[in-house]
Amino acid sequence: MAVKVLIPTPLRQFTDKRTSIECSAATVGEALGSLTSSFAELRKHLYTEDGRIRSFVNVYLNDEDIRFLDKENTRTKDGDTISIVPSIAGGSPAAAR
Amino acid sequence: MLRLADHLENQIREHGAKDYPNECCGAMLGTDGDAGREVRSLFPLINRRDDSPRNRFSITPEDFRAAERAAAEHGLDLLGWYHSHPDHPARPSEFDREHAWPWYSYVIVSVQAGAPKDLTSWRLDDDRTQFQPEEVAPVRAASRGTQG
Repeated sequence: MAVKVLIPTPLRQFTDKRTSIECSAATVGEALGSLTSSFAELRKHLYTEDGRIRSFVNVYLNDEDIRFLDKENTRTKDGDTISIVPSIAGGSPAAAR
Repeated sequence: MLRLADHLENQIREHGAKDYPNECCGAMLGTDGDAGREVRSLFPLINRRDDSPRNRFSITPEDFRAAERAAAEHGLDLLGWYHSHPDHPARPSEFDREHAWPWYSYVIVSVQAGAPKDLTSWRLDDDRTQFQPEEVAPVRAASRGTQG
């Protein structure tokens, strides 16, 4: 299946500044695997050392978070778009209350 | 260096004052290239951290994607994020560092007793160990071309 993976700006330095990558994959996991094979530096930003997607990284298939689908085994179809969405948070030095 | 026009800087300050005593947050859209990094517009967001909005902010993936779409529609990049520190200095906290990404610019405005004060910008090192201050410079008319 031909799918498109959208690359967020912080990670474009590892994809030759490309904003999206087209690849052929039957599942979301395959697409991300293809992406990190082509751009090895991406791997440590997307995966933990034991191969799981980092908790600060959200992955969407079209408009759905894959955590609520079949995670990395979520199947793709031609024309799907996969988005890598960094979690954004922060706050002042005061403890949460 | 982060170039930020006065009216955009004031917009961030006003957002911080309006949301005080809670933290405000938003995205910064602009250009990043050989000529440097320049904010062209802001995309104010709602702080989704309902349980502790006075000292934390959170941007949902849906809001993130909306900001990215807005940037793409205008031919801009999502350069980074701004947020306020109510009654705290405009310096990144350890919590900020733990949740930050390299490359993005993180602008912080200190809001003291409801009045916006210092405004700073920071970039996280690639190894994620610490923030480095990023100079915030006003936009000169010559650098904006016809949009000056």
